[in-house]
Amino acid sequence: MAFVASMPTRRFAAKPGQVIAVSVIALFLLVFLIIPAGTVIYTAFTEKGTGALTVVNFIDFFNTDLFRRSFFNSIYVSGMSVVWATVIALPLAVLTTRFDFRGSLIIQTLGFVPLIMPPFVGAVAMQLLFGRNGTVNLILNDWFGIRLPFMEGLNGVIFVQSLHYFPFILINLSTSLRNIDRSMEEAAQNLGSSGIRLFRRIVFPLAMPGYLAGASLVFVKVFDDLATPLLLNVKDMLAPQAYLRVTSVGLTDPMGYVISVILIVVSIFAMWLSAVAMRGKDYSTTQRGGGGLAKRKLSRGESVIAYGVVALILLLVLSPHIGLLLLSFATVWSFSPMPDDFTMAHYARVFGESSIYIKNTLIYASLAGLIDVVIGGAIAYIVLRTKIIGRRWLDWAATAALAIPGVVLGIGYLRTFYGITLPGGTPLATLWVMVVLALAIRRLPYALRACYAALQQVSESLEEAAENLGATKQRTIRRIVLPLMTGGLLAGFVTSFSTAAVELSATLMLIQSNSDAPIAYGLYVFMQSPAGRGPGAALGVIAVVLVAVCTLLSHYVIERRQRAIGMNK
Amino acid sequence: MLKTIAAAMLMSAALVGTAYADGGKVTIVTSFSKDVTDPFKAGFEAANPGFTLDVQNKSTSSGVKYVDETKSNNQVDLFWASAPDAFDNLKGRNLLVKFKPSVTGLPEKVGSYPVNDPDGFYFGFAASGYGIMSNDRYLEANSLPKPVEWGDLVKAEYHDHIAIAAPSRSGTTHLTIETILQGEGWDKGWGTLKGIGGNLQQVTERSFGVPDAVNSGQTGIGIVIDFFAFSAQASGFPVSFSYPSVTTVVPANIGIIANAPNQPGAEAFVNYLLSEKGQAVLLEPAIRRLPINPALYEKAPEGFPNPFKDPRFQSMITFDSDVSKKRTDVVDTLYDQLISFQLDNLKRATKAIHDAEKALASNDQPEARALLTEAHALIASMPVTADEAASQQIRDAFTGGEQKTARQAELEQQWATFASEKYAAAKTKAEAALALID
Repeated sequence: MAFVASMPTRRFAAKPGQVIAVSVIALFLLVFLIIPAGTVIYTAFTEKGTGALTVVNFIDFFNTDLFRRSFFNSIYVSGMSVVWATVIALPLAVLTTRFDFRGSLIIQTLGFVPLIMPPFVGAVAMQLLFGRNGTVNLILNDWFGIRLPFMEGLNGVIFVQSLHYFPFILINLSTSLRNIDRSMEEAAQNLGSSGIRLFRRIVFPLAMPGYLAGASLVFVKVFDDLATPLLLNVKDMLAPQAYLRVTSVGLTDPMGYVISVILIVVSIFAMWLSAVAMRGKDYSTTQRGGGGLAKRKLSRGESVIAYGVVALILLLVLSPHIGLLLLSFATVWSFSPMPDDFTMAHYARVFGESSIYIKNTLIYASLAGLIDVVIGGAIAYIVLRTKIIGRRWLDWAATAALAIPGVVLGIGYLRTFYGITLPGGTPLATLWVMVVLALAIRRLPYALRACYAALQQVSESLEEAAENLGATKQRTIRRIVLPLMTGGLLAGFVTSFSTAAVELSATLMLIQSNSDAPIAYGLYVFMQSPAGRGPGAALGVIAVVLVAVCTLLSHYVIERRQRAIGMNK
Repeated sequence: MLKTIAAAMLMSAALVGTAYADGGKVTIVTSFSKDVTDPFKAGFEAANPGFTLDVQNKSTSSGVKYVDETKSNNQVDLFWASAPDAFDNLKGRNLLVKFKPSVTGLPEKVGSYPVNDPDGFYFGFAASGYGIMSNDRYLEANSLPKPVEWGDLVKAEYHDHIAIAAPSRSGTTHLTIETILQGEGWDKGWGTLKGIGGNLQQVTERSFGVPDAVNSGQTGIGIVIDFFAFSAQASGFPVSFSYPSVTTVVPANIGIIANAPNQPGAEAFVNYLLSEKGQAVLLEPAIRRLPINPALYEKAPEGFPNPFKDPRFQSMITFDSDVSKKRTDVVDTLYDQLISFQLDNLKRATKAIHDAEKALASNDQPEARALLTEAHALIASMPVTADEAASQQIRDAFTGGEQKTARQAELEQQWATFASEKYAAAKTKAEAALALID
């Protein structure tokens, strides 16, 4: 009991700690996000040629039909993607957490895999399956003489984005569902509620923090994503417009950066809206653990339907990866439903050099994930539990990272850190640590949302109780808050880790040599030539398997923890 | 503890230093894929013991940005890519140094394009020509003949079957566009480009996106640089390639970066690349680029084009790079605003014209014919003339210079409005023509 501090000093002891925490995080965000991005984005506010400050570029933005159209297209696509992602994620989340469902662990892991879409190869695999002359359409055309435009126009973008990003909802919603206090459900049942009504009135509302965390992430991520629209050759959306302008040689016009500013503003606005939606509502429950919600057994008929639905959804969401797997074994796959022949040669080709990529990927992504969870957890705590002025700005600044194109951050890092040289003359920007920091910044919003949702479900009264019993703030956080947030923290780590493992755009700017390169860079290097398609796909499969195994492991840890807590009670 | 680590780091730094002592690390930034760089790395290191080649892959545009952003403490020795305009850009920013390769006896021109930079800042090492790549299975399944000339791509049968990379994104596509504009003249050239534009299935944002789509059969026909097709053929893909008669061969280049940390290594690599040994690597199946050294063509596989002997290449038009340079931004932006970002409108109008023309073929009505001529003229009409495109006023709008009469954003909006109005009018005319025939 040496840790028990006296009551009066506690209040004063906590404050400086909080201030230091806020300052450290603010400094981190300032140095590694705001300043680097600012060095690039300030162009938006300057006049071309003279460099004088102006807002005329923003007037031009709203006077241009193309940008206005892009703006509304982006809003529409993001909104619809949230709807469809919910349709996919909801059954998976509910079935695996609310019912005694064999293979929940596998489903949770597989349902997560779509987030790990390696750049370029994922796109090629999708086209080979769902494209105009992909497997599905070639077969449909053969049998019925029709083609379905899965991958065309805005609806194509919505289709691919929902498949790609629904795991954000799945993982956050599942965590929330697991954290709901069983007694709430039992109380409702005692009062006669059951079935859909119970779910609609009690369970889903209690899981709202998780759902909103996931849904707002999907919205903002789709809004800011440029890879998918570009893969489908949809150019009249905002993020691709920004990217096309920022990366063209010879075009140093400010409009690309104006669009980046607009993307940032809309992203923050969306996050603010989701915060408003939660305002004044209390989602925390005091009793924790107990294995979460009661798991109901499914009747035979229900089982058949449930497994059918799950199998169907998994088949759909995993199809890109099935395509990727086929591609990695294919010799030539061109205008035919299946590859001409199969070979192991592509794996043999990448086997030798992939070990260095794998090692780098694991180091970079896990460090980035770790940084994200620490900072994300700290920000969530500061925003939800303290009254420090400006605390929301931390949240919004971190969230803005979602809207900054990777290449902008990459150039910003070069501008900010290249001038600083280490002893020996190497520029700071060329150290691999910078890649880790760039990845951490890019993936911080994911972890932040997960931590946020997790903390919202922890009742403050538990902490008050601990403090009343004489525990210090630090001890309360360590012994009460952190253990109760474990699920959310792990969810955040897994999301950050797995998406960082396949990120390319900022990495491409910062990687200095092959020996420092992660797997996504290796993929890029292969995917620029016809002969490299197979080896690229093989490397993609390795990346997916690698990340999936790590995800499975962490799910396993969560499950065991939950069970352990349940036993102890 | 810290001291031990520091000592260990010093030790390893010293070890690394001695390992590289005899030649050192040669750092190269390139847009070329592993299939291209690996054989060159192996060949160079074997031919120049003591040197190691460190390859950094970046897209051409990121590469240029990277070299520019890091010039204060440059760590890169060489820049190696296809598009001559990227090198021009680097040269303009004083990021390249002059060099005189020791390899002599190489031709000065390939086709009608000078092989090397006249001031000696960068050197062509391989020639590439633009042309039409097609997927044999796709063409057969859609009963399409193989297109040979640019003019073929305007035909109704190819509607929605063609892919191209946006010239603003792909330096090599830009050169193709410019070749057509110089070969056919500004107005007629844009007519052809918009005719092809109306038949496009996609405008990709990466050069490699086009051969990728053709290889996988997502699209039937692509406008690509030759080696994409040759290397795809060598990898077994069912694709064909042809050079249209209006085209040009342009060199792919290499240049030494200013203040290179390893200048001797950089020079050794350029000399190796131009030597007969280095040039022979270009003929490898996964690379298949046209060597700049004419002697190599004796070793080339059957049917491999020879730009120095083949009459096709001799008759190719002269490419005026001064004209091209003056209007690069304007041409790219015009293409984006009139074709890439108006693709749906342009395609709808083109489809309407195709439909009416088909009906007209079986039932000729002079009135309808006149309407269709008007519709064609509407699509082909341009918001700026060739002279205006090269004028100081418009160029300054893109660079922010003093003589600008409008900002780039304003010009873009004007051009986009111009295009969407003209295409809508053309569609109306074509539909009216069809109504007359029916």
